[in-house]
Amino acid sequence: MFLAPGLTAILVLFLVPIAAALLLSLTDFDIYALGDTANVRFVGLRNYARLLADPLLWKAMRNTALFLFVGGPLTIGVALAAALLLQSRAARLRGLFRTIFFAPYVTTLVAVAVVFRYLYHPRFGLIDHALGRLGVPPIDWLGDPRWAMPAIILLAVWKNFGYATILLVAGLQAIPESLYEAARLEGAGWWQLFRRITIPLLSPTLLFLGVLTTIGYFQFFAEPYVMTGGGGPLNATLSVGLLMYKAGFRWWSMGYAAAVAFVLFVVVLGLTAIQFRLQSRSGA
Amino acid sequence: MARARVALGVALLAAGLGACTEGGTRSRERDHVVRFWGLGREGEVVKDLVPEFERENPGVRVVVQQIPWTAAHEKLLTGFVGGSPPDLAQLGNTWIPEFAAIGALEPLDPRVAASRALAPGDYFEGIWKTNAFAGATFGIPWYVDTRVLFYRADLLAAAGYPEAPRTWSAWREAMVKIAGAGASASTNASAITKEPGGKRFAILLPTNEWEQVTIFGLQRHSALLADGDTRGAFSAPAFAGAAAWYVGLYRDGLAPVVSYTQLGNPYQEFSRGYIAMWITGPWNLGEFRRRLPPELQDTWMTAPVPAPDDAGEYPGYSLAGGSSLAIFRASREKDAAWRLVEFLSRPEIQSRFYGMSGDLPARRVSWDAPALAGDSKAKAFRDQLSRVTPLPRVPEWEQIAQKLWEDLEGPIRGRASVADSLRRVDADVDRILEKRRWMLARAKERGREAGGR
Amino acid sequence: MRRGWSSVLVPAALVAGSVLALTPLVWMVSASLMRPGEASEFPPPFWPSRPTLGNYVELFTRLSLGRALANSLLIASATTLGVLLLNSMAGYAFAKLRFGGRERLFRILVAALVIPAPVAMLPLFLMLRSVGLVNTYLGAILPGTAGILGIFLIRQFARSIPDDVLDAARLEGAGELRIYWTIVLPLLRPVLATLAIITFLATWNDFVWPLVVLTDESRYTLPVALASLIGEHVPDTELMMAGSVLTVLPVLLLFLLLQKQYIQGITLGGVKE
Repeated sequence: MFLAPGLTAILVLFLVPIAAALLLSLTDFDIYALGDTANVRFVGLRNYARLLADPLLWKAMRNTALFLFVGGPLTIGVALAAALLLQSRAARLRGLFRTIFFAPYVTTLVAVAVVFRYLYHPRFGLIDHALGRLGVPPIDWLGDPRWAMPAIILLAVWKNFGYATILLVAGLQAIPESLYEAARLEGAGWWQLFRRITIPLLSPTLLFLGVLTTIGYFQFFAEPYVMTGGGGPLNATLSVGLLMYKAGFRWWSMGYAAAVAFVLFVVVLGLTAIQFRLQSRSGA
Repeated sequence: MARARVALGVALLAAGLGACTEGGTRSRERDHVVRFWGLGREGEVVKDLVPEFERENPGVRVVVQQIPWTAAHEKLLTGFVGGSPPDLAQLGNTWIPEFAAIGALEPLDPRVAASRALAPGDYFEGIWKTNAFAGATFGIPWYVDTRVLFYRADLLAAAGYPEAPRTWSAWREAMVKIAGAGASASTNASAITKEPGGKRFAILLPTNEWEQVTIFGLQRHSALLADGDTRGAFSAPAFAGAAAWYVGLYRDGLAPVVSYTQLGNPYQEFSRGYIAMWITGPWNLGEFRRRLPPELQDTWMTAPVPAPDDAGEYPGYSLAGGSSLAIFRASREKDAAWRLVEFLSRPEIQSRFYGMSGDLPARRVSWDAPALAGDSKAKAFRDQLSRVTPLPRVPEWEQIAQKLWEDLEGPIRGRASVADSLRRVDADVDRILEKRRWMLARAKERGREAGGR
Repeated sequence: MRRGWSSVLVPAALVAGSVLALTPLVWMVSASLMRPGEASEFPPPFWPSRPTLGNYVELFTRLSLGRALANSLLIASATTLGVLLLNSMAGYAFAKLRFGGRERLFRILVAALVIPAPVAMLPLFLMLRSVGLVNTYLGAILPGTAGILGIFLIRQFARSIPDDVLDAARLEGAGELRIYWTIVLPLLRPVLATLAIITFLATWNDFVWPLVVLTDESRYTLPVALASLIGEHVPDTELMMAGSVLTVLPVLLLFLLLQKQYIQGITLGGVKE
């Protein structure tokens, strides 16, 4: 059958591991077990109990939530602004600007994280240099626990807004001009046009972007790995994904790491469900 | 259409073949290929010794992969877990218990006994012992490592200390004088101070390193772990006192609050006078000679670490570190790998290695060679090696050490009290060691049953 | 009034936005052409005083990044081929072939899109280890072929294939496979091109899985090699920038050449949601 190869791949390489991860999270599979499987114990929900009591998890959750709830809307907001600019009647060379805005999205995250790591240097980095010209004292972006997360958020917004822009442009194009004309004839101002027509008609796209951003941003891993050496300073950039990676692939506490993975899964699922609920509640 | 199908098929076949031949390549070669993972600077340097080994051993090829220290522990474990470890690897000797416990390493006693090139008595006793686990030897010491004080003798002398301080209090006084000497005259920018000509610090203590605070703890006779190495002893008075002194150095502005990753180029900071002291290891003998400008080569010096005032001895204790050469159990080239081990353990090769890297030979006789015996800067290491203690030999040590510096970052940045953080360290350590406690208890049970007592 | 005002502001804003979007990338290229140490001078320069290709030479000779480039190429290509093959067949099946439970199965798959990939990573690693596929190219390629997004895209597109063409062929006695090869695939060409680019880009840029599954330095892909390089070469700004350029340039070029297909694919997947 046509479906067989594709579905088998998905089953074996994706769904089965997910189920296995659940099983793994109920054991204390660790480095000792790797040497000798007789060293595994079935521990039920103890990993989860330990996890929920671990302050590192909550720190990671807070960081990840910060990233998501600040970075997400910021990305979409910037994208919306860019989309509106592109769609504006006064815009020229739309194709060129669209390509330029999209370029950061296509680049490899690790490569740009490396670039930004140097840009954020308090002494030799261009960002603080530019800020210095404006009279702002240098900020130790990646070394100061207060600024490390904003630094990473900035990187994420820069990198991802292009993708959202393209989708929003398509969404904006789908709104019939006649609606705007009719509303303008009734004397509606710019802000009202925006609030009453643009936003509601964009809401499917916004929902889609919201869900996508939630799933993507919640797992963020490469940025702290490359830029702050794994979660510093003072765990200010520790993400849930990084926590899972460290527990699983650095210390090989795979049972514990699987529990982290599942917590990640459940939270993402929850956030997605909430977004869908909000969408349908607002009657779109 | 048919052409497209053929093209697709060929491409897939090529990809498949590519994957298959990965494993097949080795068997097709006539040579024995030894895959050797070297870490950090040693990994770079050892590549230069390989041609000579290959000349002496035709039919054996050595492929050296160099791995940075920051990723080494992870990569080695992943290599083992993933079923593709190297044949021979350099391991920090604190990792030997861990890798031996998971069955990754080949016991070497039969080879040592049969070898004409090396014997246990050739090595510093404390160092040889660090390679033993559960009654067997799993590594051959390659070079020894301990931490001593590297310092700018000119800056120290200007502060009124013609010789390196010998006690903690004298040391602290010297640090205060150096840091208080005010802004450096240099107009070059420093990465750790934010302005040119900015504040000078006395000593570099990277916040993401556990070695320094552990040394202070050992000097205060802390055992680090208690109850047969199954629980943390970091909140006990011995270690707590050392940690408080350590954190105080940051709080009083004597050490910059930077991690090694943030620092970029410590050698530049050292040569510009932004830091005057650094507790670090023998590889920096080579690095200092390489990276500091020639005009500064006479201004830096090494000395053993100072001891706490009430210790009544000098020097203070330091770490019994070093790297060993270990053969992985899964290797199919163990004999060839062993020959490489013997080669690298030859006294004259050890001396040459010292000359190239600054790493100190594990073999005692190599210390008498003129290069080393005459090196005034290596003398501090020789003196220090008589005062070293090993770390607890538990497989979880690496994880514990990481927790230690992570949890101490809070007090260093003024965000938490030392006492609270140390209590947290102990709680974390107890948790990390829980499996070990269970396994020991289980082994004891089994032993009791087997003994029929 | 407003129109005159915005006809200056809007282009200005677009230009400003472009500058912000491009500056990091331009600096990346610029720094890669600087002499070693030049980027750490104060004040930091934006343009090299005397451009040099020395960093690139070093990347290819001393650091063998050429091998990482080849690895990235191999893995990305092979994964793309795999995805095209597997997903197009399945996508077509969901669109045009009738079988029981088709819609329900499809909905389940779409729901599974929400599951974050890292959850599967740990057991996947252990599974691959048990069959000896860790640290092999196949181990890096296979998981990438288990994509759901591709099936979704192809199905959306395939739905627009007129049924009568297919029915006519069936009446003539042609087998399903033959219909697929001779009629459907050519019609799917645009979406296949799109899926190919999306997959190639995504695999090229993938970091976590190659990091986990490839332990041998000689097998690293470019992102993994770059991340490992920065562990050793933090002070070597210019060298690292050259490495970044090497990693980013191929996909950027690919994107520029095939923009239309790429963007089409994204909007296809997005707007039809």
